[in-house]
Amino acid sequence: MTDNLAVELRELSKHFGAFKAVDRVSLTVEEGEIFGFLGANGAGKSTTIRMLCGLLRPTSGSARVMGIDVAMEPEEVKRRIGYMSQRFSLYEDLTVAQNLRFFGGVYGLRGAEAREREAWALHMSGLEGKEGRLTGELPGGWKQRLALACAVLHRPRVVFLDEPTSGVDPISRRRFWRLIDEMATEGITVFVTTHYLDEAEHCHRLALIHAGRLVALGTVSELKRVFAGRVVLEVLAPRVSEALEALGAAPWVLETSVFGTRIHVVVHDAEEGRREIEALLAAQGNGPTSVERIVPSLEDVFIHHVEEAEAGAREARR
Amino acid sequence: MRRLLAVTVKEVRQIRRDPFSLLMLIVLPAFMLVLYGFALNFDVRHVRLAVQDRDRTAASRDLMGAFVHSTYFDLVATPEPGADLPALIERRRARAVLVIPEGFGEGLAAGRTEPVQLLVDGADSTTAATVLGYARALVAEANAELVASTLARRGRRPAVPIAFEPRVLFNPELESTQFLVPGLIGFLLMLTAVLSTALSVVREKERGTMEQLRMAPLRTHELILGKTVPYLGLSLLATLIILVAARLLFGVEIRGPYLDLLVVVLLYLFGALGFGLLISTIAHTQALAFQAGLITSMLPAILLSGFIFQIRMMPAWLQGITYLVPARYFLVILRGIILKGEGLATYWTQVLALALYGFIVVALASTRLARREA
Repeated sequence: MTDNLAVELRELSKHFGAFKAVDRVSLTVEEGEIFGFLGANGAGKSTTIRMLCGLLRPTSGSARVMGIDVAMEPEEVKRRIGYMSQRFSLYEDLTVAQNLRFFGGVYGLRGAEAREREAWALHMSGLEGKEGRLTGELPGGWKQRLALACAVLHRPRVVFLDEPTSGVDPISRRRFWRLIDEMATEGITVFVTTHYLDEAEHCHRLALIHAGRLVALGTVSELKRVFAGRVVLEVLAPRVSEALEALGAAPWVLETSVFGTRIHVVVHDAEEGRREIEALLAAQGNGPTSVERIVPSLEDVFIHHVEEAEAGAREARR
Repeated sequence: MRRLLAVTVKEVRQIRRDPFSLLMLIVLPAFMLVLYGFALNFDVRHVRLAVQDRDRTAASRDLMGAFVHSTYFDLVATPEPGADLPALIERRRARAVLVIPEGFGEGLAAGRTEPVQLLVDGADSTTAATVLGYARALVAEANAELVASTLARRGRRPAVPIAFEPRVLFNPELESTQFLVPGLIGFLLMLTAVLSTALSVVREKERGTMEQLRMAPLRTHELILGKTVPYLGLSLLATLIILVAARLLFGVEIRGPYLDLLVVVLLYLFGALGFGLLISTIAHTQALAFQAGLITSMLPAILLSGFIFQIRMMPAWLQGITYLVPARYFLVILRGIILKGEGLATYWTQVLALALYGFIVVALASTRLARREA
């Protein structure tokens, strides 16, 4: 077995009938890494995580977690991992302490060790002194931290978090990510899906999945390198859709995308691009109010990859 | 074992957190017993009777006395000749009217056959049939006495050829509550056991905690046992309450061995809880589970078990279906133990059928629960 690999996917696929939810995805995650798994809803993120946790059987390919094949020994995998889902899944009609005791029991913790881990979980989630509170009465951010504490009660080596911060306020999200950082420094591997791109910046490495296929993989700075030799200009114009149409049709424009009322335009050269944009839009009586060069965000990176993947798919169909 | 215990403790805590459901599980069955016990009384007593005695002789008073002094009839009116008799029934003043004609006593003394009329309200056919039966028996008895005394007067020994001596075993008063209590236990246990397990599992599905449980290293049997043990305990408690209530309110005694009773109740509950689990693997919402549970468990336990309608009176195809209803077997055993004081050994075929049902249902439920691609 390869050393230090927490997660290893090889050509992993899951089909539901004719629909390919996950299509030949290969990647590896090292121990202690925070690995971000990004993609739109329905891109195949949750299906992948469910296969990694031994809940779904892969159609083809293989997945190993801590060196154990998830299709062959799902129970062994379950013992070694923690899982927390997008849906808050603690018992709301039980108290904080009762939830901790239940999940400890389900993972086979006993006696002194169980008490010690429960105390640790209370400390980590900042719920000391609130053991007797009904879980359903806790604010969302606290529930989230308690759910994370329950998921790592049994000291798993790998934790799978499926959109753990959806529907939580920004301050709680920041606090939650601090917990994830702490876990990683203790050597725990964190495999997290999210569609908040600001959260993706916390991850050591990222994978982007689109329509079941892996379209990009690497560190944040590696991913941004696709813009080497190209620049992103942010354009503000009075009539957005008209401007977008004109720019999209121009041969010297590489890519366009819209962020609210701003249009991101990818060109080869900043100065030449600015002149040409201004000339084109002015000719339409839609003169831009500003054209600024910006540092490409992760969002630009992903839009680039998704469009490339879709173009590739169109090409393949032809 | 440790994991199973964790699930059981959690389930008990959740049940305690929800006192309303707990109350429903324990008190509702006893309440239903009282309700059904009184409402489903098939016995006909104290039928309102009007008597028009146009004869007014010792003989006519004897016949009237035979009716009125039985517990079956209560005298509510003695209409004069010429009164509108059908109107009495129409206005529900009386359910039956006995008319003794003029010259009744004289005719009998002369050895003639005298007609006596009985008007019966046929709106409720079951009661009417019972009333007719009572009246026939009372008249037959009066006839026998008359024949005997006539013979005696003629110097012949009064000899009645057939002395009919019926003796009803096991429920000598022929009280229908005695017969109904086992049926009630069968239907109430089925209802509470099926619904409580089905709802408890589907609730976890709805709230998303089931997914968390499936991610945990819990084996299917640990999950199933852990979840059903608390409800098994509650169902046993409900059974105890029903039996005590039946004893206190309706005087239903358990004549057979308690251990055999416990064994057969456990066996029946095993199948019922398993069926609840099976429903939970199919239904995705609590509302759906509730309806499915109600239709598939309660209705057959009432209609197709022999609780109210006798199975051998049903059309053949319906009788065939009753073989799939566990309450059918349970009822036979329960009536045997409670009313006849018999043991399980007498009913080994029914016990076998219950066991078979339980194993099939639990096996189906666990394979469906264990299926990872649900």
